[in-house]
Amino acid sequence: MAAQAQPRTLFDKIWASHVVAELSGGVSLLAIDRHLMHDLEAGAIIKRIADRGLRPHNPELTFGVPDHAVATDPRRRANSTPNSERLLREMKEGSDAFGITYFDLDTEGQGIVHVIGPELGLSQPGMTIVCADSHTCTHGGLGALSFGIGATEVAHVLATQTLRQTRPKTMRVNFNGKVAAGVTAKDLILATIGKIGTGAGRGHAVEYAGDAIRAMSIDERLTVCNLSIELGAKIGMIAPDDTTFEFLAGRRYAPQGDMFERALGYWRGLPTDEGARFDVEHSIDVDTVAPQVTWGTSPQDVIAVDSRIPDPSRESDPQRRKAMEAALAYMGLAPGAAIEGTPIDWVFIGSCTNGRLSDIREAARIVAGRKIAPNVRAWVVPGSEATQRAAEREGLDKVFLSAGFEWRKSGCSMCAGVNGDIIAPGQRSVSTTNRNFVGRQGPNARTHLASPAMAAAAALSGCIADARKIG
Amino acid sequence: MEKFTQLSALAAPLMRPNIDTDAIIPVKRLIGYQRHELGAFALEPYRFRADGSENPDFVLNQPRYRGAKILVTAENFGCGSSRESAVWALMAYGFRCVIAPGFGDIFTNNAFQNGLLLIRLPREEVDRIAEELGGAPSPAMAIDLQSCTITTPAGRQLEFQIDGERRQALLEGRDEIAMTLLRDADIAAFQSHDRVARPWIYQTVPPAA
Repeated sequence: MAAQAQPRTLFDKIWASHVVAELSGGVSLLAIDRHLMHDLEAGAIIKRIADRGLRPHNPELTFGVPDHAVATDPRRRANSTPNSERLLREMKEGSDAFGITYFDLDTEGQGIVHVIGPELGLSQPGMTIVCADSHTCTHGGLGALSFGIGATEVAHVLATQTLRQTRPKTMRVNFNGKVAAGVTAKDLILATIGKIGTGAGRGHAVEYAGDAIRAMSIDERLTVCNLSIELGAKIGMIAPDDTTFEFLAGRRYAPQGDMFERALGYWRGLPTDEGARFDVEHSIDVDTVAPQVTWGTSPQDVIAVDSRIPDPSRESDPQRRKAMEAALAYMGLAPGAAIEGTPIDWVFIGSCTNGRLSDIREAARIVAGRKIAPNVRAWVVPGSEATQRAAEREGLDKVFLSAGFEWRKSGCSMCAGVNGDIIAPGQRSVSTTNRNFVGRQGPNARTHLASPAMAAAAALSGCIADARKIG
Repeated sequence: MEKFTQLSALAAPLMRPNIDTDAIIPVKRLIGYQRHELGAFALEPYRFRADGSENPDFVLNQPRYRGAKILVTAENFGCGSSRESAVWALMAYGFRCVIAPGFGDIFTNNAFQNGLLLIRLPREEVDRIAEELGGAPSPAMAIDLQSCTITTPAGRQLEFQIDGERRQALLEGRDEIAMTLLRDADIAAFQSHDRVARPWIYQTVPPAA
């Protein structure tokens, strides 16, 4: 009888099945199954490849969509922002010349690249997926090995359909217990980053596991994996299961008919084997997690909404203490104060973290029949054209509009600030996005990351508020 | 890619953990500038005040650190966004090497694609180099990639570890795309096998609506 095969992780299986060649120094040449492009650099990179006399190796495996630079104004055109006219034209021309599918504005297909990949069924379990954006880890929510890359790596993928990668270590984060009422996937992953730190996942592929993950919808899993990069890990993933397969069935680019059944057989073999070893394991007791909100300028600067802003003078590490002091000064917050009740100017609901239909529904549930505070400007930017249309079919646009929100067109918008959607200096936002970095939402803008429910509660209250008290 | 063999230069200590790539190059500078123009905006939120004037308290604006080609910094440098412009901005500013206890994963790949040497050392060692820089009459140090050694401002010799493939690529200034194109037969063989094993991966034309 043959020896029992060594138990393997989800990551091990996908990695091994994509090695084209082992190079020296622990570097592997990995096959890439899906390459997604966005508008920020796609045109320039395609031109650089063409100027070298190269053609794309597998144009049918690359898909492009404008999201970063596009306006979100309801009446937008390709030329609505100073940069988008040129970026979109160059991307479309380059994509056409290379035979790359391009999802244009105003079509079902356009949207934030990490929203449309799963939505169209382009992203599937067991795939390697890359994109020139750090939140490519999002697609790991479907059981894919997906990660962000730089511009030079994009050119490498286009020219060879491979990448040279050093194999990361593996980490598992186990979410055990039952999530309390009013606590969301965003809260669980923010609490995790707060607990183990924004550098903890560096050099690792992270798998999220446990009862709380199994109970999650795909939208929630995508939110968890999306924030892997804020944990320091460029790869985050969740084993595919029946929830995943039901989500994919019938989607436009998912396998169809007999081919779906064949893929299904393959996908069922992907989850981590019993007894497989990870280099690092962490556990999060989800029972004790409350709605989270950030207070500083790193996603790890996060606390429960009903707790107090930490005091740097109680921090023993001098580097950390100075970083906390700088963060509080930038944010205009006092140590020891309650974070709940902090007045705000802006609410942003959207992004690849929390711009999907279930996020919009969650916020709408709290907003319904109420009005936003008079001192607040509040936006909903759906994650994709299809998300927007689906929400409008449910009448959710009217819920937000009658409460005083603006209901806009899909794109990265105020998460990245590339298209001019930014907050004035010194103003404070509660945002469902992923980064509260210095200047991220505009020079000297102050960002508090939170869930869609918490953002909706803040819009109604005019200050940081506990969604559990409103919903 | 620019070659890197050895470097004797001024070094600046920027001992702030988790410096993200948005701070290294703000998003508004990603469009409309050539790579070589980005040096003017490297670390812009720290280097300049709200009115656009230089922040005299920031380490890189202090006379003794002007012209530094080596950056000594704290944990998790280059976390966040995948923008390769962060590497281009640092290099256009003049940096050729960054020393820290750890770097963002995507930033690391981008750095080595462009010839920016990243050296990881234990935090105690990085903190000690930063102290030496602060105390030295001239904050200079040397790095030799052939022998993988650093000569600190106080004259101590330290060894560092670096991935063999990356070291060789830096020493040669190697173009990875050209190297991988030589492997086209391997890629073709992989794909022809994979098209049988996982045919759905390659069927990317959706059914008619």
